[in-house]
Amino acid sequence: MNLSDNEFSATRRLILKGAGVVALIGAGIIPFDSLAAANDKYPEDAFKQKSDAEAIKLLYGKTAEPSDKVKMDAPEIAENGAVVPISVTTTLADVSSIAFLVSENPNALIAQYKIPAGTVPSVANRIKMAKTSNVIVLVEAGGKLYSATKEVKVTVGGCGG
Amino acid sequence: MASTIRVRATSNGDITEVQALIQHPMDSGFVKDAKGEIIPPHFIQQLTFEYGGKNVFLADWGGGISKDPYIKFAFKGGKKGDDLKISWLDNKGATDTTTAKIQ
Repeated sequence: MNLSDNEFSATRRLILKGAGVVALIGAGIIPFDSLAAANDKYPEDAFKQKSDAEAIKLLYGKTAEPSDKVKMDAPEIAENGAVVPISVTTTLADVSSIAFLVSENPNALIAQYKIPAGTVPSVANRIKMAKTSNVIVLVEAGGKLYSATKEVKVTVGGCGG
Repeated sequence: MASTIRVRATSNGDITEVQALIQHPMDSGFVKDAKGEIIPPHFIQQLTFEYGGKNVFLADWGGGISKDPYIKFAFKGGKKGDDLKISWLDNKGATDTTTAKIQ
């Protein structure tokens, strides 16, 4: 009786261990897969996140390290939060995507741009800002994630009523 | 109907610079109208630029992009007189496509 009990729990442990390993592999592979295979799939969930950290996690599955090779051009003060011109350029090689986030916006993620080989890693766009906030630019290069952050002061919000 | 997309693509022989301006309300779903009612979300989610049968640029957008969005980027190659195809798709399933000649 005792023996079979032990046997059972050992098997059970083994199964649980196995499941854990599968889950780990899954967690590691899913973000890579979704980027590589479905390159043009719209990342709906990432765009619905309220916090910048959650959106970055869903979008890339890793954290960014600040880099002075990511150059953001943004105004110090935006008089109209509805239209804030922001551009980014980088000297990093092998860039595959560039993303823009505004920490204090109701949904932090603004845009993600896929940069195929042969396209210059430089983008300019115009974004909305609800209020004064940090603007985060992410550059994915060579499988790593780099960022630049700048605070932009907003005098009239672009998301209020 | 006139296209909602205005594009200027200019080649310097090495790099093609692309600027596009699209007419779209880009309603985020967080703004209220004069009556205090929420304006439902209506924004472009995906924008693609295609040259020579390949995507040269892909944008995934949320409601945080300004009304009548503007975008600027550049890609290597691209000959004067060649076509650049631009398409967008919004969250209501509406879409528009246009083709511009590289100048």
